[in-house]
Amino acid sequence: MSILETRHNGTRFDLKVIASLIEKDARVLDLGCGEGDLLLFLQTHKHVTGTGIEQNEENIARCIEKGLSVIHGDINAEVKDYPDASFDYVIVSQTLQQVFEPAELIRTLLSIGKKVIVSFPNFSHWRIRLQLLLSGYAPVTPQLPYQWYDTPNIRVITMKDFRKFARDIGFRIYREIAINTSHDKALEGKIVRWFPDILAEYGIFLIGNK
Amino acid sequence: MSEYIQHDQTGVSVGVVEKKTFTFAQPPAAMALESGASLSPVAITYETYGSLNSHKNNAVLICHALSGDSHVAGYYSKVDPKPGWWDFMVGPGKGIDTDKFFVVCSNILGSCYGSSGPATHHPETSQPHGLDFPVLTIGDMVSAQKALLDHLGVKKLLMVIGGSIGGMQVLEWTVRYPDMVISAIPLATTTRHSALAIAFNEVARQAIMADPNWNQGNYYDGAKPDMGLAVARMIGHITYLSDEALRQKFGRRLQNKMDVSFNFDADFQVESYLRYQGGKFVQRFDANSFLYITKAADYFDLKKNHGNGSLVEAFSKARARFLVISFTSDWLYPTYQSREMVQAMKKNGLDVSFCEIQADCGHDAFLLPNKRLIQMIKGFLDRVYSGNPS
Repeated sequence: MSILETRHNGTRFDLKVIASLIEKDARVLDLGCGEGDLLLFLQTHKHVTGTGIEQNEENIARCIEKGLSVIHGDINAEVKDYPDASFDYVIVSQTLQQVFEPAELIRTLLSIGKKVIVSFPNFSHWRIRLQLLLSGYAPVTPQLPYQWYDTPNIRVITMKDFRKFARDIGFRIYREIAINTSHDKALEGKIVRWFPDILAEYGIFLIGNK
Repeated sequence: MSEYIQHDQTGVSVGVVEKKTFTFAQPPAAMALESGASLSPVAITYETYGSLNSHKNNAVLICHALSGDSHVAGYYSKVDPKPGWWDFMVGPGKGIDTDKFFVVCSNILGSCYGSSGPATHHPETSQPHGLDFPVLTIGDMVSAQKALLDHLGVKKLLMVIGGSIGGMQVLEWTVRYPDMVISAIPLATTTRHSALAIAFNEVARQAIMADPNWNQGNYYDGAKPDMGLAVARMIGHITYLSDEALRQKFGRRLQNKMDVSFNFDADFQVESYLRYQGGKFVQRFDANSFLYITKAADYFDLKKNHGNGSLVEAFSKARARFLVISFTSDWLYPTYQSREMVQAMKKNGLDVSFCEIQADCGHDAFLLPNKRLIQMIKGFLDRVYSGNPS
């Protein structure tokens, strides 16, 4: 985990954790890559060959200016064009909660990538549990900062849910890392070792075929 | 160079440039064409900006579209009022930076700006070729560009870039000379014309051929088929714009009148605009060249010519790093056609980026100043250059 100790200005803690799971010189596909922060970090520190898929034109332009390869399009459609095992890692960072058909997507990703890294906000965090219990309103947290009527997230996922998802779909979980991040741009954070289902804000899973 | 700055809308100009001519395939040699015919001699006019560095790894080839020429940037003289067609993109510090890169653009074979075409004179008869000029392909145009680059001592192209028919040449380059092309930007283009695009071209050609002055292409010593060529250009202009662009630019506004005239003058601004564009075009373009170039564009079929009917197989030859760009309102080569090529590139494991730029000005968007487009091209090119040490 030496990479976690190196301070890198402007790179979010969760992205650094994801980067720590990726081997040098790997081929990486990042779904919903945004402005390409993770891909750039991986290119600089791990010499990966990376590609992103992104929907926002402004973000695409930022990626291309950084010298990253990126495809403008919808992730569900774009992932279908790659031959099997095109990538060593496919990354779905904080996107799964917005995917229309997660099972189908994960199956596709497990065929085009040897391993898949999935991260999402953990909906069973104690703050979320308490908010709903005590206030009666749909929870709004720094990780999920939307009202029910303006959220892009169409589903909520807990870490426990994801483990069950693995059993249901039939994929293998290689690593499971639970983290909390600072609320200021989430540049810093720590790994949650105890009671992650309740105490962790994010779950990061490294998965592969059985 | 400061005296030109007033003409220059975006930054410093490359300054005064010179059009040169390279002639090859001198008899008894001849250039073999894809149709089976041959051409001898072959003249190609071209311009270069910047200089080839000692590693010869900074060459950028720009491919122009249907009615373009080699004059990409700069001015022909100190009093020349009009800069080259992509002056906002090409120049010192610009998207394609002439301080860093050796930029080459040649007039395509079949055109009428100095390169061999139907209007140039046959060496034996000293008469214009007219329809005796062999029908060309995009591949032939690219072959001629390759001959020019050999002559200039360029062995590798850091980038090939072009829009529309220029984009077809870019794609052709990547599969015809894959080892020469390090990166490629096909803009607002297609791997083959749709029936819609062929249909527009055919109507435009018919307009020319229906003009009595056309005379089977033999008009060079008399009246030219100006009306036909003007109508052809008018059709072209409709396809280069978009419903949105036409609505914004003209709507149903009338031209210098309060009400319709109840005759067949140009009542609407859009009519007047098309007539003006048509009239302007005949001053500068040859009708036969229009026929030859549109035909070459219609014949272009990367799938058939390079992949035995498979686009994936066609791109299996390519080695370049690609940046494919389309524009939302381009109805001549709509985005789905760019996606098709991107898909085939992905299936080949090629390094490809793709962006559909939001623009309401239609197919011609690549010819209009666009900050997003300039930034993207600049970023891509600079990274390819820094990632490609000699």
